[in-house]
Amino acid sequence: MTTTLAQRRRPAHPGGPAKGRPAGRGGSNVGRPGFVWALPASIFFALFALVPLLAVAVLSFTTWSGLGDPKFVGLKNWEALFADPVMLQSLWLSLLFIVLGIVTQTPLSILLGVWAAGNQKNRAILSAVYFVPLLLSSAAISVLWRALLDPNFGIPGQMSWLFGDGNILGTQTGAIAVLIFVGMWQFTPFHTLIYQGAARQIPPVLYQAASIDGAGTVRQFFSITLPQLKNSIITSVILMVVGGLTTFETVLILTNGGPGTGTTITAFHMYQEAFRRFDFGTGSAIALVLVVISTAISFAVVRLSGYDKMRSSLEGL
Amino acid sequence: MKTRPNYLAGIGAFIWLAIVAVPLYVMLSATFQTRAEFGDNGPLSLPTSFTLQNYVDAVTSGFGRYFLNTIIVTVGVVGLVLLLVPPLSYAIVRSQSRAASAIFRLFLLGLAIPAQAVIVPVFYLINTVGLYDNLLGVILPTAAFALPICTIILSGTMRDITPELYEAMAMDGATPAKSFLRLVLPLSKGGLSTIAVFSALQAWNGFLFPLILTQSESTRVVTLGLFNFQTQFGINIPGLLAAVTLSMVPVLLVYLFARRALVQGLMGAGGK
Repeated sequence: MTTTLAQRRRPAHPGGPAKGRPAGRGGSNVGRPGFVWALPASIFFALFALVPLLAVAVLSFTTWSGLGDPKFVGLKNWEALFADPVMLQSLWLSLLFIVLGIVTQTPLSILLGVWAAGNQKNRAILSAVYFVPLLLSSAAISVLWRALLDPNFGIPGQMSWLFGDGNILGTQTGAIAVLIFVGMWQFTPFHTLIYQGAARQIPPVLYQAASIDGAGTVRQFFSITLPQLKNSIITSVILMVVGGLTTFETVLILTNGGPGTGTTITAFHMYQEAFRRFDFGTGSAIALVLVVISTAISFAVVRLSGYDKMRSSLEGL
Repeated sequence: MKTRPNYLAGIGAFIWLAIVAVPLYVMLSATFQTRAEFGDNGPLSLPTSFTLQNYVDAVTSGFGRYFLNTIIVTVGVVGLVLLLVPPLSYAIVRSQSRAASAIFRLFLLGLAIPAQAVIVPVFYLINTVGLYDNLLGVILPTAAFALPICTIILSGTMRDITPELYEAMAMDGATPAKSFLRLVLPLSKGGLSTIAVFSALQAWNGFLFPLILTQSESTRVVTLGLFNFQTQFGINIPGLLAAVTLSMVPVLLVYLFARRALVQGLMGAGGK
């Protein structure tokens, strides 16, 4: 039995590796996949993401209502855009949303992330609950909060000492506050996850050394934890900027851009111009503004923070 | 390794738990109450009766069909992702051609393209090829936008396969295709399940592409169904919340059974 197996296996390597492999060619190149393997996915992605990105630039110089073919109109959309008070206001509102989002979510998610990074069993269970909002669609979350905040049947009606007449979404300040809060409810778990992962990477020896030097928990947090989380803070803030700029479902479902145009942020304004007024040229121009701003802000954050020059966060170890 | 209790963070953690859990509790308890009872007692009170009528209402008001559509979209997206991403990641990790590394950089760049930015041209494209109001027209762009993250996750997994294994395969005269099928795929199971779960979540929760690319009831997906239900029957809050709850159940089940894959996928999205 054993001999048969050995005999069978032998012919599988006729002549050994020397045969059939031309000298001078590195052995490590053999059996490597060619560039062809990457083509199907690349073509597919180019078709739906990269070509449209170029197309949106072209479309921003045309007028198109969805019927027939787009017509070239030069700078007309762009001139109209810079004269459009709703557009200018939407940029300020987007900026406000981004800043408020960062200010509310960052301290909370750092605190929760660092806390959840501990090994205690109860923290693992609580973390599992924290992450639930992350799994839900923006649509479901918005519909849920709209129902919870209903002026007649929702929580505000029951807590009039806090919410007054209960129609929170009826004022601009109230509507903005709700959108910021719902954004926090939805996205804090995600950023918590980033900080939790990063906090677990911090070498325990740093804390041990600090303890020996007599540093308390608070001191350790500000002198060790925060500096060590620098990279994660940058990542998280960039994601908040891009996410804040493209917030859409929550605005559509919770406030529909209102009251009036009180919460018409740029991404929502784009949707309205393109798909409610069927002015796809202007919609494309706004879309291009979104891409340029989000790319520029991401670059600026990376540059200003020195992230691009920093190789290791564990220098000196 | 920190054993020192952190009271401030602990208190914050419990407050946040309440903020997350109370709305979810209100949602669940409302779905088991009649509309009249919910209206009288208000959202924060404990339920006094029990009914499943709201779920029946939700299903009969069209959500059965919407669920089927969402399942079709999800299966299509996951299928496409599993078909396209493994060969791409394999080429990125193992090919020595410059083109492959250029493609990887292109996909990294692609992470930064928001769907809103390209929605108008995608709408134009889908219209031109006659896929408007067709679930395939939703599947294609949704899958395309899941590609960058899935590629980053899967090529990360494939990088962990030691080069010696590839070389051993090559010594045996294996073609790239054979190495791919016999070595790479079996050893990438973890990454494959992560991208499957992650792209399924994207597809299940997708809103913008279905909103723009479909219009009729027969192609409506669950997320759009919720939006529509709210605009039409917004006053029936228990019914609405039953529909919301139903839309969450499959995701929560996946979370229970594939938590690691899901969290890894989300971390891949954040830890770029």
